Amino acid sequence: MSVLAAVRPDSWNFPLFLHVLGAMILVGGLVTGASTLFFARGDARLLRLGYWSLLAVSLPGWVLMRIGAGWIYFKEGWDDLPSGVDDPTWLSIGTIIADAGGLILVVSLIAGGVGVYRLREGKGSALLRVTLVLSLLLLAAYLVAAWAMAGKLD
Amino acid sequence: MTFDSWILALHVLSAFAYVAGMVLFWVLVVAVRRTDTPAGTIRMEPVVKIGNAAVGIGAGGTIVLGVWLAFSVGGYDIWDGWIVAAIVLWVISAAIGRRTGVAYTQGMNRAQELQRAGQTGPSSELLALNRTSRGVVLHSLATAVVLLILIDMIWKPGA
Repeated sequence: MSVLAAVRPDSWNFPLFLHVLGAMILVGGLVTGASTLFFARGDARLLRLGYWSLLAVSLPGWVLMRIGAGWIYFKEGWDDLPSGVDDPTWLSIGTIIADAGGLILVVSLIAGGVGVYRLREGKGSALLRVTLVLSLLLLAAYLVAAWAMAGKLD
Repeated sequence: MTFDSWILALHVLSAFAYVAGMVLFWVLVVAVRRTDTPAGTIRMEPVVKIGNAAVGIGAGGTIVLGVWLAFSVGGYDIWDGWIVAAIVLWVISAAIGRRTGVAYTQGMNRAQELQRAGQTGPSSELLALNRTSRGVVLHSLATAVVLLILIDMIWKPGA
């Protein structure tokens, strides 16, 4: 109970705000991109909208989330743990998913970018289906990260 | 994880769903500004439903689980200033959100009427409804209020 109700130092609040806001924008972009790509059913306009949601919303959200994460990591002193002491599980889960997820997001954006280009050339939307699958995977992973970090999984 | 940790995690996930819904509607607000055909407007309906589900689950989850936490977690009380502020802001955001939905539903309803009447071409009337400035203002206000809730939740003024 006392851990749940703990009040953090004021100087931690802004980096935490950036981290959480970025993560929320990232997830919002993924929900928008994935649902738009899913319901597009070949419609070029919706396919492009889905891709641009990922590029213009999720990617900036990821950057904001990661900057906030790095900042709060140093503020909370996780970089200064005694030797032999590992990061807590919730922090490890969050870090791994954030970084691996960033890589997968870039891959999905590259695939989607080529897919949008091919769409313009009338060559089908197979690559945008790859983007859809990757964005659904990312959405699931980031929700797990948010759950682990918010509940401070031991 | 304790039971309250689970509730806190689900409360935060609900907040993520709420903001995800708001973000989704921002994308649709921008996209629909260039949409002047009934088919183009109606095609967005399934995505709107995802947004409605996200906002509904998010709004319900944040308030129910948040009130639970206020009673359950030691050190916090439901009458704490920052918790009262969050509840008031939640009510305001829900009320504004409902009005935003009404503003944008007019475009969707008109698109369905036009399609039923066999008018499938571009319509300046539909474009005007889709570009509702009232809807943009209301969604901006709702977004600002949700941002204030997030600030309140993190800074916890007076806690």
